[in-house]
Amino acid sequence: MIRIAQISCGPEYSGVQGELEKAAEMVGAELIFPEVSLEDVRNVEERFGIKVASGDLNLAMARATRIVENPDLADAVFVATCFRCAEGAIVRSEIRKYIHENSRIPVLSYSFTERTTAETLLTRMEALVTTAKFKGLLARERQTGLTAGIDSGSTTTKSVVMRENEIIGTGWVPTTEVIKSAEAAYNAALESAGVKKEEIEGLGTTGYGRHLVGKHFGAKLIQEEITVNSKGAVFLADAQKGTATVIDIGGMDNKAISVQDGIPGTFTMGGICAGASGRFLELTARRLGVDITELGKLAMKGDYRKVPMNSYCIVFGTQSLVNSLSAGSRPEDVAMAACHSVAEQVFEQQLQEVEVKEPVIMVGGTALIEGLPRAMEQLLALKVMVPKYAQYIGCVGASLLVSGLVED
Amino acid sequence: MVKVMVYPPTSMILADLVERTGHEALVVSKEVRKKVNTPGLDSPPLNMTPEDPKKGLKYAAVDVPSGVRGRMSLFGPMIEEADAAIVIRNDDCTLGCTGCARTNELTRFLLKTKRIPLLELDYPEDEFQAKQFVHKIHEFLEGLN
Repeated sequence: MIRIAQISCGPEYSGVQGELEKAAEMVGAELIFPEVSLEDVRNVEERFGIKVASGDLNLAMARATRIVENPDLADAVFVATCFRCAEGAIVRSEIRKYIHENSRIPVLSYSFTERTTAETLLTRMEALVTTAKFKGLLARERQTGLTAGIDSGSTTTKSVVMRENEIIGTGWVPTTEVIKSAEAAYNAALESAGVKKEEIEGLGTTGYGRHLVGKHFGAKLIQEEITVNSKGAVFLADAQKGTATVIDIGGMDNKAISVQDGIPGTFTMGGICAGASGRFLELTARRLGVDITELGKLAMKGDYRKVPMNSYCIVFGTQSLVNSLSAGSRPEDVAMAACHSVAEQVFEQQLQEVEVKEPVIMVGGTALIEGLPRAMEQLLALKVMVPKYAQYIGCVGASLLVSGLVED
Repeated sequence: MVKVMVYPPTSMILADLVERTGHEALVVSKEVRKKVNTPGLDSPPLNMTPEDPKKGLKYAAVDVPSGVRGRMSLFGPMIEEADAAIVIRNDDCTLGCTGCARTNELTRFLLKTKRIPLLELDYPEDEFQAKQFVHKIHEFLEGLN
């Protein structure tokens, strides 16, 4: 049983403690609460460096110091505070940094509301448990044999076939019916690789439809996106050793993952609104009358500063889009403003929650919209790497990891 | 007999002082007891559910964190019921029900603005102050009769 130390303020009073426990149970973990004395709480400033007005946050910091001083107490840490609490957000972020810098224990940081459900937390908890449980498998750097991966995403379904550390076939289709789309993408990958389904030694699935697709194809590995995307990203970017930051702006949500030696350390998953996701770029392309594959090239010719755009909310973002076009803005400036706005939301909402360390690797289909990595580079003031096959990152990671299970 | 809310609302010492003078103490343990004894609720350890922060909307807006609103669903009805209040200012190291500083500020504010008899005191630091502390509380409670 994986022990996840819960370091939090407010979930009991938000009525969601039961949901946290349910999510942990669903992924075969148990939540534990590191014991501390009242003196530890009173003297938290001496050991942690800060004391705040809320007693429960001081208790949370005392628990964090206990974990760092006794790392055997827990396999992973879940840090959570109420959404919209400034004091909580500061402490949550400092606890995450403190544990990340002073131990090798994976940390998940989350802000909840009374609407948080076990289902919302499931992928995050699953990733946390995988990171803690399968360190050996995650340390795998080479793909061996003939394996395949299917990434059943919210917008597109992707598949790859790999042989002895090389991608030999790919398939990519829009997601409609989950199984049919997976079959189409998988068949396309098999066809381009020139191999038969029966020859595949192991299949790994990931993405929103991973369970359904995995069950349908009898997959050996069914894995959430955070783990496989980290693995796929460092594999494709040839950054398996040392630090890396993986940014995946998806069709429905975004992931920011701080990676150490190919293993996720801290990560966030979410996004306030579709205005901070690939959906908004899809909408922008449609409104500009260009194909989504052309949006990036168009954006590269534009200047985001000429168009005020804030896609914090997709409705307001669309409003900015329509207003700017009506006011006579150039389509290329609008395209770049849309890319910049999406990158800005991810920068403000998610990249503050992880340690951004080079190389910064952008993955997923949106990474191919050239304006988006460019906007991210401008915001981070760092070079952003988009590896070849960036859109297949999930299936590459799944294919790589499943080869470890085949060998075993 | 009047209903006296004590702050911190978790203080058993204050509750005892109130009840010794024949008044009713409004303390959070009674509110929590209602939740624990009411069948059908299922969010351990306090049996609070996501409905509670919604009840707290009566006291704090929707953009106030859910933990504050959840706690206010416990404290709010007590504040409404209170005929008098005793508030300790420098309460040290409060946890759990009183572990959120924002909730504590709101609770103290609502008690102060309710315009009911209110006694504000500092927490005693030595025996002499403790005796004075008890004496002032006793005097205040006697005065409520």
